[in-house]
Amino acid sequence: MPMQFWIIQSLNSLALGGLLFLLASGFSLIFGLMRIANLTHGAFFMLGAYFGATALRSFDWIDLWVAAIGSGLALAVIGGFLERFVLRKLGNNPQGQVLVTLGMSFIISDACLVIWGGDPIPIPTPHALQAPTFLFGFAFPTYRLVLVGCAIAVAIALYLLLERTRLGAMIRAGVDDMQMTRAIGIPISRLFTVVFCLGAGVAGMGGVLGGPILSAYPGLDADMLPLALIVVILGGVGSLVGAFLGSFIIGFTYTFGSALFPDLAYVILFLPMIIIIAFRPQGLFGRRAS
Amino acid sequence: MATEALKLTDVDTYYGDSHVLHGVGFALEEKRVLALLGRNGAGKTTCISSIMGFLAPRNGEITLFGTPIGGLAPEAISKLGIGLVPQGRRIFPSLSVRENLIIARQREKESEKPWTYDRILDLFPSLAERSRQLAGLLSGGEQQMLAIGRALIGNPRVLLLDEPSEGLAPLIVAEVARTIKQLKDGGQSIVLVEQNSGLALDVADQVVIFNTGRCVFTGPVDEVRNNDDLIAKHLGVFHAH
Ligand SMILES: Nc1ncnc2c1ncn2[C@@H]1O[C@H](COP(=O)(O)OP(=O)(O)O)[C@@H](O)[C@H]1O
Ligand SMILES: [Mg+2]
Repeated sequence: MPMQFWIIQSLNSLALGGLLFLLASGFSLIFGLMRIANLTHGAFFMLGAYFGATALRSFDWIDLWVAAIGSGLALAVIGGFLERFVLRKLGNNPQGQVLVTLGMSFIISDACLVIWGGDPIPIPTPHALQAPTFLFGFAFPTYRLVLVGCAIAVAIALYLLLERTRLGAMIRAGVDDMQMTRAIGIPISRLFTVVFCLGAGVAGMGGVLGGPILSAYPGLDADMLPLALIVVILGGVGSLVGAFLGSFIIGFTYTFGSALFPDLAYVILFLPMIIIIAFRPQGLFGRRAS
Repeated sequence: MATEALKLTDVDTYYGDSHVLHGVGFALEEKRVLALLGRNGAGKTTCISSIMGFLAPRNGEITLFGTPIGGLAPEAISKLGIGLVPQGRRIFPSLSVRENLIIARQREKESEKPWTYDRILDLFPSLAERSRQLAGLLSGGEQQMLAIGRALIGNPRVLLLDEPSEGLAPLIVAEVARTIKQLKDGGQSIVLVEQNSGLALDVADQVVIFNTGRCVFTGPVDEVRNNDDLIAKHLGVFHAH
């Protein structure tokens, strides 16, 4: 294999890892705090991509970044709405949660199919980032570099929010011991809404940022969600650092697995997972459930 | 007549179908310490959980300075002024000592001399040295101090302490006892749950004894201190005079 292959595939791995982080971080936080496996999360990502694609087509003045932020905000509102008016009603009923979040995901998929049709809608790479970047004599797709930077920026922002603010400490307290968090007067239901909005918003933004690579198409949700699930299982539920490292591990495993052994991509993806789960059920970075 | 800070009347609490508290009733007077005693499994923690709102009583009434709180959500009960030091401490292990305290800050305007972060560290100097450390890495005694500090910084009108001496070395137990006396002298109303009566009978004004989910004794502490029969029957230990 030529050097260019390894370098490009590595960058592709990083880019996929960054996208997975945008999806998995919210999924992991929601699971960690609310104990809900939000199977609608992939649909949030896809919906974000469609919103972004539509906005970019409809308005000249909107660029990719504005579209990403706008989609993120729209998905935060939609996510908050679903949490308040649908998930809230389910209480602690795991079967109900699986059924409802999966059901909402199917409904969103069908709605997207009706509204946007069956053909992929491309999301163009911003003009300024179309030319490759030359580093050390190799050509790098510039947008992918920037995408990795965006994911890292989001990771840092989420980290600061969770680790350096009082709100973040409340969220972590809720992950540690929900009942005691309520007993010190913290309105847990408001925290749930905040975390759900945040997770849905970051996923929606991820859909747009991933657009120049993936575009918006029916089935994008189903392609992304299993990868995010694996990331969270690998990284440990409710751990931001785990989601970050897990995303890049899966980004590399999936990209190189599909490039080198296309027939075995899923074996390469799932085998390490099964081994890890067998020996560390809480994931690499998760704490053992109490 | 003394003000009733916390009052339970005919409280029945269940875990699903299992009926644990049977018509429990007692009253804590303001600025006093009420010791809630009883053997392991007598229903003390269940009673505390009913007051805190972890479990909704199926019958009966719980009032805080006359306001009914039975069946409210824990966060609402906390806001109204009940502070909990739970059995097993239950500090937030992945938060720093400082974070454990600052997220619990509330009710500053409602109290005359509110507890602040600095005042909690003055009360427990060993926590001050470890304020940046993860709470999960503290010793058992330090975790107990933190659990007490976390309850106090919410400026509760009534403080519930569920077996604060459990699993601690004698020296630390003495420190916990000193702290409770200090809080009492500061005018804090306290419900103190203990399985062993020594510490509790030292600081308490009133005593309630539970046996299999029922109140079997309610009265002033003097009636218990010298009543070896009562202690032997319901607490299973002889209290050394
Ligand atoms: N979560 C629970 N589910 C069912 N029964 C419980 C639960 N917790 C406690 N109990 C039962 O309730 C009774 C009282 O327990 P508890 O209030 O913890 O006693 P204490 O605090 O006095 O030791 C015991 O018989 C115990 O087995
Ligand atoms: Mg108990």
